[in-house]
Amino acid sequence: MRQVKHRNSASKILILGTVFLFTFFNPVFAQDEAAVDNVAATEASSGGDVAKGEELFKSLCAACHKRYKKMTGPALFGVADKYEREWIYSWVKNSAAMVASGDPQAVAIYEEYNKTAMNAFPQLSNTDIDNIMAYVMVPKVEPPTPAPGNESSTASGSGSGVSMNVILAILALVFLMLLVVLFLVNKTLRSFAAANNVELPESEARTPIWKAFIQNQFLVLVTAIFLLLSSGYFVYGYFMQVGVDQGYAPIQPIHYSHKIHAGDNQIECKYCHSSARVSKTSGIPSLNVCMNCHKSISEVADATATPDHSKEFYDGEIQKLYDAVGWDASAQAYTGKTKPVKWVRIHNLPDFAYFNHSQHVSVAGVECQTCHGPVEEMEIMYQHAPLTMGWCINCHRETNVKVADNKYYEKIHKELSKKYGVEQLTAAQMGGLECGKCHY
Amino acid sequence: MSSNKKYWKSVEELNEDSSIVETLQQNEFVQEIPTDEFLGDKSSLENSSTSRRDFLKYVGFSTAAATLAACEGPVKKSIPYVVQPERIVPGVANYYATTIADGYDFASVLIKTREGRPIKVENNNLAVSNGDANARVHASVLSLYDSSRLQGPKKGAEDISWDSLDKEVGAKLNGLGSKQIVLLTQTFASPSTSKLVSDFRAKYQNVKHVVYDAVSNSEALDAYQMMYGERALADYDFAKVNTIVSIGADFLGDWQGGGYDSGYAKGRIPKNGKMSRHIQFEANMSLSGANADKRVQATPSQQKQVLAALYKYVTGSGSKGALDSGLDTEVVKAAKQIQKAGSNALVVTGIQDVDAQLVVLEINKAIKSKAFNESTPRTIRKGDAKAVAQLVKDMNAGRVGGLLIAGVNPMYSLPNASEFKSGLEKVDVSVAFSMHNDATAELCQYVATTPHYLESWGDVELKKGSYSLMQPTIRPLFDTRQFQETLLKWTGNTATYHDYIKNAWTGILGGTSWNQALHDGVLVKPILPKQELVDALDAPEGDIADIEAVPAPTVVGPNVGAAARRLSVTKSNDGLELTLYTKTSLGDGQQANNPWLQEMPDPITRTSWDNYLTVSKADADQLGLTNENVANGALNGSYAKVVVGGAEVTVPVIIQPGQAKGSVGLALGYGKSKGLKEDMNVGVNAYPLYQNLNAVQTVSVTAAEGTHEFACVQLHNTLMGRGDIVKETTLEIFNTKDHHEWNAIPEVSKNHIEYEVTSPEVDLWDEFDRSVGHHFNLSIDLNACTGCGACVIACHAENNVPVVGKSEVRRSRDMHWLRIDRYYSSQDSFEGDDNKKNAIAGLGSSLSEFGEMENPSENPQVVFQPVMCQHCNHAPCETVCPVAATSHGRQGQNHMAYNRCVGTRYCANNCPYKVRRFNWFLYNNNDEFDYHMNNDLGRMVLNPDVTVRSRGVMEKCSMCIQMTQKTILDAKRDGRAIKDGEFQTACSAACSSGAMVFGDVNDKDSEVAKLKEDDRMYHLLEHVGTKPNVMYHTKVRNTTEA
Repeated sequence: MRQVKHRNSASKILILGTVFLFTFFNPVFAQDEAAVDNVAATEASSGGDVAKGEELFKSLCAACHKRYKKMTGPALFGVADKYEREWIYSWVKNSAAMVASGDPQAVAIYEEYNKTAMNAFPQLSNTDIDNIMAYVMVPKVEPPTPAPGNESSTASGSGSGVSMNVILAILALVFLMLLVVLFLVNKTLRSFAAANNVELPESEARTPIWKAFIQNQFLVLVTAIFLLLSSGYFVYGYFMQVGVDQGYAPIQPIHYSHKIHAGDNQIECKYCHSSARVSKTSGIPSLNVCMNCHKSISEVADATATPDHSKEFYDGEIQKLYDAVGWDASAQAYTGKTKPVKWVRIHNLPDFAYFNHSQHVSVAGVECQTCHGPVEEMEIMYQHAPLTMGWCINCHRETNVKVADNKYYEKIHKELSKKYGVEQLTAAQMGGLECGKCHY
Repeated sequence: MSSNKKYWKSVEELNEDSSIVETLQQNEFVQEIPTDEFLGDKSSLENSSTSRRDFLKYVGFSTAAATLAACEGPVKKSIPYVVQPERIVPGVANYYATTIADGYDFASVLIKTREGRPIKVENNNLAVSNGDANARVHASVLSLYDSSRLQGPKKGAEDISWDSLDKEVGAKLNGLGSKQIVLLTQTFASPSTSKLVSDFRAKYQNVKHVVYDAVSNSEALDAYQMMYGERALADYDFAKVNTIVSIGADFLGDWQGGGYDSGYAKGRIPKNGKMSRHIQFEANMSLSGANADKRVQATPSQQKQVLAALYKYVTGSGSKGALDSGLDTEVVKAAKQIQKAGSNALVVTGIQDVDAQLVVLEINKAIKSKAFNESTPRTIRKGDAKAVAQLVKDMNAGRVGGLLIAGVNPMYSLPNASEFKSGLEKVDVSVAFSMHNDATAELCQYVATTPHYLESWGDVELKKGSYSLMQPTIRPLFDTRQFQETLLKWTGNTATYHDYIKNAWTGILGGTSWNQALHDGVLVKPILPKQELVDALDAPEGDIADIEAVPAPTVVGPNVGAAARRLSVTKSNDGLELTLYTKTSLGDGQQANNPWLQEMPDPITRTSWDNYLTVSKADADQLGLTNENVANGALNGSYAKVVVGGAEVTVPVIIQPGQAKGSVGLALGYGKSKGLKEDMNVGVNAYPLYQNLNAVQTVSVTAAEGTHEFACVQLHNTLMGRGDIVKETTLEIFNTKDHHEWNAIPEVSKNHIEYEVTSPEVDLWDEFDRSVGHHFNLSIDLNACTGCGACVIACHAENNVPVVGKSEVRRSRDMHWLRIDRYYSSQDSFEGDDNKKNAIAGLGSSLSEFGEMENPSENPQVVFQPVMCQHCNHAPCETVCPVAATSHGRQGQNHMAYNRCVGTRYCANNCPYKVRRFNWFLYNNNDEFDYHMNNDLGRMVLNPDVTVRSRGVMEKCSMCIQMTQKTILDAKRDGRAIKDGEFQTACSAACSSGAMVFGDVNDKDSEVAKLKEDDRMYHLLEHVGTKPNVMYHTKVRNTTEA
């Protein structure tokens, strides 16, 4: 009877949990809808195609302009109201001529922005400019502040790992209760038996099991061997993982998300890690490489924010980059005060092992992901491979050497493939297992 | 068997009633152990809150905590550039062409930099002259990271800013009135610096420029000036002649600035049955003497007589004077040889005497030596001994108001340093331009700290028409300013020295662009030789009579006849004559704080970390001086007191085979005590004996108290007739007999049948197929190797070889991966050794005769043999390693996996060549070995591509596998085949004489594959059957006499 009760309560918890999970998704949908509504509203008002305008803006204007923020050029939100449309047309098509002709508004802008002339865009039609104006006139969408009530739901729903633990804990609790119930039932039955004078058969006094075990020497021997072997196995396993830092994900001085860069934005690995092509080291990009893009990207898009990391958080991290490289975003100028970033090194090969990136990346054409794992999904970079010698050797045994179109391999490939009687040579057959190839 | 013997412990036991014996019978210790002292105080023991259990708990806890803490991996930081320089790719080396010009060494070199720090010096192959770096130049990159360098300008002992230094010194210089301002400098040989000095002269009146070379060539400069009207040194191209007679000139060492070995070596490799003949008359055993075909011992005074006689025999004029009859025969032979060779002969001398230098110039002129080019004399020595002497006088007389000392250290290197010191005190303002707080800088009022040449701009005119540029390869490490920059400031010029050079070079550049010149590092402007010389050189070869038919260019010159007469009447000296020389390692001593150079063994004596008096066996016996090997195999020697005039030094003695009787030698450059680490303060300063800046002095030598401990790396001096280690033959035999006779492949017996050792029949191992891929071989030509040691230092730099220090070297724990063995013959020649050994039969006299063969002859033949890991295809070391730490690669290299090595040292024991080196200690980050690897600055020189070995592992030559792998990778990346000559090792790249050639023998067209088929080729200890990948080429000596 009691058992039934308990099972009921357990399933209730499960159901409750699922409900919590679902409640978390609701506010997200609500926000999206609101945003779409907003866009639709403005499109109607300004008489241009926002989508086309966005496309043009991103390809032509975004290098120097932002909608709501000053950059190399002024923030463009509101310009359609500030200037006459005809003036805007001629400005966009050839601003320098306007400055030269002494147009007071044009000269004022020219003076304000350190006499930097805006590029001329004679290829844009008036409709194109209208479209761009429509896009830039879309008012800024304020991210809705989450209601205080929502917070708990977000917390409970964050990460499936937590819910798994919860389920396990619940199961454990259920088993514990079953045990208690069984004990209680047993006790009740006994007391019933005693009350009804039912004779319970007395069990014979047997030799306790541990005594029997000790007396059986064969069993002792087998157990001892088993224990020794298993402890040996675990000790070996323990020692083998010393110095293997698979999964090492240290906290970095700047929260750099490979997911955003390599995943969402599809930036090619070697754009930043360019020395991987020619050098033994892949190179941590110098900060001037970051600034190639981040000179214009001073904040992340709203959509980039995740439940774990808010937009403010990411913008703060970009600010850290600016501090390090000495970039004053408001003045759009370098201050000259730099503060090199001390990254924590994740992939540490011992000094006695020589590894060359260019051999693998340029010559063999190995994908970065083969060793570094799904970097494009990593919010925080971690060590994917064990980086043990066995791991290297296995790959060398299995991987074929890319000899096509490489004159260096012509002769050796012909001779070796004849020798081994194979068409495709593995790195091992090419000599990739010799000690001195990596240890010197 | 038991014994009834009773052992007495003390005489006290004789006394039966002794109370002492009684009381001590039961006591282990004579005195009571004072346990009461620490256990007697009961109260404090009981009051202590720490019980024994607590103590054990603490111990246990702290041990566990320490263990746990040690389990945590270290966090490593990586700091990228903020703005990465365009040309720097981390992990890829950049090369810059620059020039060393420190007043002693002048060479155009390439500097390899990694991530902006110079790590190695390489030869500049574009350079026509002085492109070959010697050992000191190779080591100079370590001097950049010298932790004893001054880090900024100083006023006395105080730091001072450059601004206030400029202001104070400027004011003082302006207020000197009529007193002289003297620039006492090294030889800069720099066109822009000369211009700058004249600017300085124009600004401050009464400026005098005194050039001072620590090791003087003043007499040779004077003689050249008398003969050709220009103060310069004669330039010789040894490659153009086939007969070389040297009288006391160590031209393979540092004679007249050195750098002659590559030209010399070209003529030493027998080609078409011909090679050059080299006759050397000398007192000390020098590198040149060791390489000579015929070496004749002559004391310095005899050398003068020899030269006079040679002049007479060759030119027919002059008189012979008194000459030992034995020497006379040799001079006659040499003269005949010269006459036969005619213009293909060359005579050089190192005698520091204007007459001698004049006579030599005259002989070369008379025979119209092709080697001598009068239009391109060397300009890399300008020092004037007389001017320096005058300066010291002027200083003491109070005539000098300002003294600016740049690049020289007169307080260390002047024989009359005490006079210089008293003079310096009378100078109103003294400024030292120095990198170190050396003996001179210490006494000067100001030290304008200068940068290393790798941090400086500069230009050098190595010889007439051959220019070379110096450019910084790293930002200045410290707050330094180069001499020229400071002079510019003080002359009121606001330009940087870089711009100043560019300006000065507009005339020099001609059609070449500045960037091209800077990229190449060198610029050679053609200087047409004088017409008559061209005609003379075009004249057909023949004996001297033919050449005399061509009218000699008329030079209104000095009276050479009188000079020769003066030479001929030189009296033989009854006392001992000292010749001061410089070692290939330390030179004039500028780089005394360089541990690589200190640990580099001298090529002749094989002794490191020391200088010593070299004495002949006969003189040593007479003076009671000894050398002995002690129980641990090291060398000990007596001390001797050497007195010249008023100066006296006590130096250790080495008995030098080949040292002319009646002469002694001592190296300069040692015994520096100021501005360097204590460990580097070794040897004895010989400069006080360098009276009048003349290397030859009459001395008195007496034995002194005490025994000196040498760090000598080779104690077996003779080959004992083992012709399979160094094969040697004469040119005559080489030309006339089959190579099986003079280069026989050893045979071994199997079932009483003799097989050649290369036969598979007598091989323990199965042969692998080595025909696929690369197969590296290193070829060493014993004929071309001069023993200069550049390869030894290049190997150190490339492979992070540690420095172990004097006491470790003495224990035979030197770490050199590449050593250059030197052997003396015990008979007059190595051939004689072989004959003597072969003649020994039975037990009869074998012991005594072998004993005799241990001692080198009085005037032995010498041979140099570089030995590194032989990379045996059938390597004995590989089979005995219990952990397979050493194994063979398909490309022929014997690999060494340091991380696998457990240090059993079986491999070293089983190596027949003794090339493996064991790390007895941790040599980096260890205060016990306070050399460059113990400080951050010194560690900047380490090659990041090569592991720094730890304690307890074996190491050895890897055949520079990091370099071959890089060459292969570069080719793979470019998708091309590898050309011959691309593969190099550090030693083969450093070898300017062409003795070492490295390459792929599977490339049949490669040079090394051809060398492998050469008749002279043999392997070291071939009979062992190890099949090495290093080969040697039989030494051929040209003993053919005219």
